[in-house]
Amino acid sequence: MVDAPTSLPRGRDPLGLRHALADRLLPALVGAMAMLAALALTAAEGAGVLASRWRGELTGIVTVQMPDTDPARAAAALASLAALPGVASARPIAPERLAALLTPWLGPNMAGLPEQLLPSLIELRLTTSSSVPEALAAQLAAAVPGAAVEWQGLWLGRLVALSDNLRRIALSVLLLVAGVAVAVVVVAVQAGIAARRDSIAILHGIGATDGAIAGRFAGRIAWLAGTGALAGTLLALPLLVGLVGLAAPLTGAVQGAPWARLPWLGLVVLPPGAALLGWSAAQATLRLWLQRLP
Amino acid sequence: MAPGSWTGMLGAMIRLAEVGLRYAAPALTGQPGPVPDALRDLSCILPTGSFHWLLGPSGAGKSSLLALLHLALRPSRGELEIFGHRIRETPRAALPALRRRIGMVPQDSRLLPYLTVFDNVALPLRLAGVAEAQIRADVTEMLDWVGLATKTMTLPAALSGGEQQRAALARAVVARPALLLADEPTGNLDLPQARRVLALLREMHRLGTTIVVATHAATLIEEYPAPALYLQEGALIAHG
Repeated sequence: MVDAPTSLPRGRDPLGLRHALADRLLPALVGAMAMLAALALTAAEGAGVLASRWRGELTGIVTVQMPDTDPARAAAALASLAALPGVASARPIAPERLAALLTPWLGPNMAGLPEQLLPSLIELRLTTSSSVPEALAAQLAAAVPGAAVEWQGLWLGRLVALSDNLRRIALSVLLLVAGVAVAVVVVAVQAGIAARRDSIAILHGIGATDGAIAGRFAGRIAWLAGTGALAGTLLALPLLVGLVGLAAPLTGAVQGAPWARLPWLGLVVLPPGAALLGWSAAQATLRLWLQRLP
Repeated sequence: MAPGSWTGMLGAMIRLAEVGLRYAAPALTGQPGPVPDALRDLSCILPTGSFHWLLGPSGAGKSSLLALLHLALRPSRGELEIFGHRIRETPRAALPALRRRIGMVPQDSRLLPYLTVFDNVALPLRLAGVAEAQIRADVTEMLDWVGLATKTMTLPAALSGGEQQRAALARAVVARPALLLADEPTGNLDLPQARRVLALLREMHRLGTTIVVATHAATLIEEYPAPALYLQEGALIAHG
């Protein structure tokens, strides 16, 4: 009478990888890196939103307030400003429009105000709307000494540049985290190979292909990396929601729940992405090592 | 079968023509200076369905020759042809399919310690993608055949030396290989156990498997006279 088994759980794990690979350390490390990746991803997304918002507020319009209201000097200054490189057009702001602009602060009774009391303003339209170049700012000051220039565009341009750079840095951190994750997987696979060297040789000897052996390792690594990344991403969520809430006044998204503004697509892709990265790194490491065998 | 192969033309399973083997790395031997040849100018033909004893003193090259035949090594010189394939010209990716047609019973059994006897024996079938129901039937029959029917769920460490050797034999033959190699399969066994293993080998031979058995066991050779390859210092000094 044959004692036939009722289940063969370990038969499908002929390399004993459930014990040979670091089934706690590897998911923990990948989970920690997934948390960092989630932070970087959210930071990149937030910086992108800020840059986009501030870029939208750049109008390419600079307002110059003349030092006096003398019409002759104003006309000369207008001609000088219009001739500057980078200036598309220059025109004085009409007293009626100026009065309309001041009404919210000075009240509706602007009609009786003497015209000499109103500042003389010139509106410049620049050839580029992205920012006010520093060189142009210096030329404006030189063309009309004593004129006051409204610099909002310059500061917005600087903030846009800062946000763009922050976004690039966050994406670089994301790549760095991915690189470290690959290194961790390679080390784990090499430790697994060292632990199962004889078993690999036996399987190789009975006709296992490189693909079959590498597939066993890669499948196990993908599972460990994927579950670790999933746990890390889930653990990062409260922190991300808090950060998005703190950034809400800057991004202008003060309405609605913070979790709705998370980069969900990227966060959902993180665990399968980590699994794919682990699978690929394990395959490459194993196949390279197996080339040593005949 | 490869075009123009000698083994195909002669009905041979294995052909060796002036085959030499030298282990490449001095680090493997730990000896300074040139590495001596493990095998020198071996030439012979083993017909399909034949049984050969592989004889010679320790260090004569028996295990090296079996490793060559098992495709665990490639010859340094000469031509080795198995199943019609010239091994030196065969791409590495094609070797696993050839190995699956070869069964190997190593001297130390080499069972995977974390798998049960059943799962160890089932390995070649699982690698070949055989359905689980078929695997269960084949492995059960094979374990019955080698007398390990009551040990299916036992780990190798709990088996005696003879039982481990029979489990290794079962693993080697479960996929019905065309060529069966055995390296001192009775080396660690008492005579009754050794006779049992020999009986299994003879049965495989009777079923048409080509068999090469390296051994020092003169008693077994007397009990089962068969052609022999006699190696000494890596050279084939007698064949017949």
